[in-house]
Amino acid sequence: MQTLEIHPLVVRLSHWINALAMILMLASGWRIYNASPLFPFNFPSAITIGGWLAGALQWHFAAMWLLAANGLVYLAYGILSGHFRRKLLPITPSALIADLLAAARGRLAHDDLATYNAAQRAAYAALILTAIVQVLSGLAVWKPVQLQGLAALMGGYEGARLLHFLAMALCVSLVAVHIVMVILVPETFLTMITGRLKRHE
Amino acid sequence: MNSKSPMGQGFARYRSAGIASIERRLFLRQGLSLGALALLSGCRSSDELQVETLLRAISGWNDRVQGWLFDPGKLAPEYPESAITRPFPFNAFYGEEAVPRIDTAHYRLELAGLIRERKPWSLTELYALPQVSQVTRHVCVEGWSAIGKWSGTPFRIFLERIGADTTAKYVGFECEDNYYTSIDMASALHPQTLLAFRYADQILPAKYGFPMKLRVPTKLGFKNPKHIRAIYVTNKYPGGYWEDQGYNWFSGS
Repeated sequence: MQTLEIHPLVVRLSHWINALAMILMLASGWRIYNASPLFPFNFPSAITIGGWLAGALQWHFAAMWLLAANGLVYLAYGILSGHFRRKLLPITPSALIADLLAAARGRLAHDDLATYNAAQRAAYAALILTAIVQVLSGLAVWKPVQLQGLAALMGGYEGARLLHFLAMALCVSLVAVHIVMVILVPETFLTMITGRLKRHE
Repeated sequence: MNSKSPMGQGFARYRSAGIASIERRLFLRQGLSLGALALLSGCRSSDELQVETLLRAISGWNDRVQGWLFDPGKLAPEYPESAITRPFPFNAFYGEEAVPRIDTAHYRLELAGLIRERKPWSLTELYALPQVSQVTRHVCVEGWSAIGKWSGTPFRIFLERIGADTTAKYVGFECEDNYYTSIDMASALHPQTLLAFRYADQILPAKYGFPMKLRVPTKLGFKNPKHIRAIYVTNKYPGGYWEDQGYNWFSGS
């Protein structure tokens, strides 16, 4: 039996810091949404933080620094170390379709936790891109005058606000799938803490 | 309120009343914050207080970041009149029925603080100042936005006319509805910051802030005070009605 490190320390640390930052951003963001809902529904107060709009805004604009700083460290590491290239590439449409079909039949292979299948690669890449869109649309909503070029790319203030909501919804959906998968393969939860995988030869 | 004052009351009386109210408010606020702290420590855990202190400190840091991000030459987007939101929403910390009614003839804008010429201004004098118009987006801290047309005097021109110390840090506003707020000098001097007397080419209706509103298209809506009674220039942080309750002070767009 051999022990293999599949998640480097930087990845594990940034994963858990990001989990905390995302919880704070979502819980405060939902409270901010409730102050002027875009759609005919509110988020239940029980799953929000801040107590009222001012408190939620304080949380949102504090946690954004944690999210952004941690995200930048993760992205820099992922790009510079070759981590993204090794773990997430290539993503080919044919492999992705084959994996999705296998998953639909309940037969998606995930025997080797050190290597991601095409569906995982696509999902993680999508989550990273969505998070980037989420941060950029958030900046446009925060500074529609100072960053008006960025806001214009999203259709101005109201477009950026809608995009910020939609990217949030996509983030939450991807994270929900992620959590279901971790529950189905609980060993992955431990490897994101220890980083190590015991492999039976 | 000025509108309740008897006929023939002198300018000096008006001014002293306004300045007295600024001083009273500063005193009350200091007293209130001490009282609030005492109350908080009585019924909330010290952890909660620490979190609150941390969040306020980060909000202060965000003020500095926004001051640094603020480009004094960057103009807020302007829109065609066809884009104006109709009806433009009413918004205040009270209902529309409680909007202050102000007597045009007796109204005087009072000036205080680091200003050379502190004589009060009548509406006739204010209306004689150079006027410009803008169609810009009002963004509320709640998230919604609306486009409107405001006309008035570029605030920079007014500040120069009254000999305001434009090297000072803050410009504060006292309003007839007891609202108060303050902005940074850089935003006060921004070319689109207007002392607005008109909305949609009509004399500013009571619900939109008669007799005047500070229109700051580079800031969130609550940084655009209505029914302004007194303006003062200071280096001492003046806070604001919502800001003192935890809303971010700079709140730039």
